[in-house]
Amino acid sequence: MKSRWLILVLIAAAIALPWGFYDWSHHRHDGFLISVLSQTGMMIVLALSYNMLLGQAGLFSLCHATFFGIGGYAMVHFLNAAGHDELPVPMEIMPLLAGLSGLGLAILFGAMATKQRATAFAMITLGIGELMATAALMFHHFFGGEGGVTTDRMIDNSVFGLTYASGIQVYYLIVAWTLIAVALMYFLTLTPLGRMANATRDNYERAQFIGYDPRMVRFIQFALSGFFAGIGGGLYAITYEIVTFDALAAPLSANALLMAYIGGTTVFGGPILGAILITLLQSGVSLLSNSWLVYVGVMFIGMVIFAPSGLAGIIQAHGPIQRAGRLGRLTVPYLRLVLPALALLLGFVGLVELMSFLTIGAAQGKKLILFGNPIDVHATVPWVVSSVSLVVGGTWLRFEAAVFHRVWERLSAEVSR
Amino acid sequence: METLLISLLNGLVYGMLLFMLASGLTLIFSMMGVLNFAHASIYMLGAYLAFTVSEYVGFFPALIVAPILCGLIGAAIEIWGLRRAHHNGHIAELLFTFGLVFIIQRVVQMTWGMLPMAYRVPPSLDFPLFVLYGSNFPAYRGFMLVISAAMLLGTWLLLKKTRVGLIIQAALSHPQMVSALGHNVPRVFTTVFAGGCVLAGLAGVIGGNYQTTEPGMADSMGPIVFVVVVFGGLGSLAGCFVASILMGMVQTFAVVIDYSIADLLRPLGLAISGDTLLTEVLTVPVARIGALLPFVMMVTILFFRPRGLMGTRDT
Repeated sequence: MKSRWLILVLIAAAIALPWGFYDWSHHRHDGFLISVLSQTGMMIVLALSYNMLLGQAGLFSLCHATFFGIGGYAMVHFLNAAGHDELPVPMEIMPLLAGLSGLGLAILFGAMATKQRATAFAMITLGIGELMATAALMFHHFFGGEGGVTTDRMIDNSVFGLTYASGIQVYYLIVAWTLIAVALMYFLTLTPLGRMANATRDNYERAQFIGYDPRMVRFIQFALSGFFAGIGGGLYAITYEIVTFDALAAPLSANALLMAYIGGTTVFGGPILGAILITLLQSGVSLLSNSWLVYVGVMFIGMVIFAPSGLAGIIQAHGPIQRAGRLGRLTVPYLRLVLPALALLLGFVGLVELMSFLTIGAAQGKKLILFGNPIDVHATVPWVVSSVSLVVGGTWLRFEAAVFHRVWERLSAEVSR
Repeated sequence: METLLISLLNGLVYGMLLFMLASGLTLIFSMMGVLNFAHASIYMLGAYLAFTVSEYVGFFPALIVAPILCGLIGAAIEIWGLRRAHHNGHIAELLFTFGLVFIIQRVVQMTWGMLPMAYRVPPSLDFPLFVLYGSNFPAYRGFMLVISAAMLLGTWLLLKKTRVGLIIQAALSHPQMVSALGHNVPRVFTTVFAGGCVLAGLAGVIGGNYQTTEPGMADSMGPIVFVVVVFGGLGSLAGCFVASILMGMVQTFAVVIDYSIADLLRPLGLAISGDTLLTEVLTVPVARIGALLPFVMMVTILFFRPRGLMGTRDT
């Protein structure tokens, strides 16, 4: 019941948010907000389709962006054909075609990659991803080389008579397709295929034993996830009207992994959370800091070691305690964690930024400015302050974490009794 | 003829460099079942550390110091990172090393900056070794060959002729049994991981001034090394060796071959013209698609032999 409300709130927010920042005096939408929201939509599709592999089938794929990118490239060519009146398909159906392109390529590569599982699968997909990324730079006909391929989304063919000239119309198209894709992916988890994917993930030998071919399950799951990634890529092409090599290169595959894992692979909604979080952080922090990747990397490794079920998993773990009505008893231990965590964060960010301004920032001619005061990165004081903050915060946090752990264990034991 | 010989030598040099990286990766993989994605990052660290160390004490001490530093970093990664991630399963270990790639990449950029380093061949090795049909063969490439051959011999002797090697080999195939016999398997794991990182670091020291020492070097080397390991067959050192040399040859020969598939078809009376995707694929010269070849080779072999050239086991 509760999650149903959450879904409705999310959908309502997705529809209402652009109007919350509407500039009434100029009758204009906030362009940056619309672009961030559109980006979030496609990233949700990408992260969820990636989780069909990582979370649901236990397959660590490194070529997921390949299918996203192919969807994008195919979309550009479809739109161009439609612009020349060679493809009488309305805009609203177009993402489906992009998805089918992703599906086709995923069937081709899936036939090879899904012969193996676990580590070998990861390496083969790495090779496939690099193959496609390298090919995209070499063959100009389909991929357009380094410049990419461009298109014009105003194909003048719409079921609702829309032109898609403005960002807001495209945004609502993205919302609609994101909802369709998310719903389809959710229903897939309820089908026998989804269940068998879970079974082959947990114990493929036993799945084999009861008469299923784990390879076939992996293959179908891989192909379908390629389909959804292709839809995401199609939305990308519609939004930006240009698709370059970035849409299928390794960094985007890695991004899909980060979003799905940080959000949480064990819960269906986890990757949605991850996609929203990472996209927001990316459009915020990456403008402020050169070292954005360090923070994401450290966050990711921290998750791998300490919270393998991701953010959604952490939230889910509170469920039993919350149902027993004892969530309040965690407030004080949580509050006690805040201060040392802040100190640790401050020290870490301080050190990373100081280091980065010493080299990269110096090369770019930037200066570190904090609260309006320029800070000399060669002086000793900021370094000492950051180091002390890091060490003290870390030690203190370890102590507080132990306290928290004891309370948590006691509560869980009480609740399960 | 001269292109053939020179390319053969260059291919051998590059192939041996690949093998230094790929052998460490294969050893770690067959031992722990962990594919170390950060292996090429350690290679990059080796090059950067060698650059910094050689600034102070010269190239030859750096040849020893930098790999040892890389080995220590590797041991630290294994003890404080991988072992913890191990509790959460195999995928978690893979993800852990994958996350390390980002961190090492950015830490290198933060420490040494974004620009390529002026890490040069030491003056004492900067002369032509011999002249072949009018082209020079630099002494440094000969030196690289010597180092990698010595490392190949050393690793082989260590694995086959010493007691430590015996335990490592046993732990490769039957870790539980080795543990039951009273050996400290986790320590063996740490040793192997650190050893792989020493090899990667050594490859970085001699590869850093052969190629360029810049923040992108891990990204450009990484996929090739993984392709080598998959192509040779996961867990097979011999296959890894064959694949490395083959890949080195393919990459160097591709640069000098200026033919395309269309040129092959022409004697058969098939002339290709027009401007479509198919004709583009057919008429592109091999020299231009050199970077693509390793991946094409990998996909091809996986199609016919999913275990790779000499692989013996599925994972």
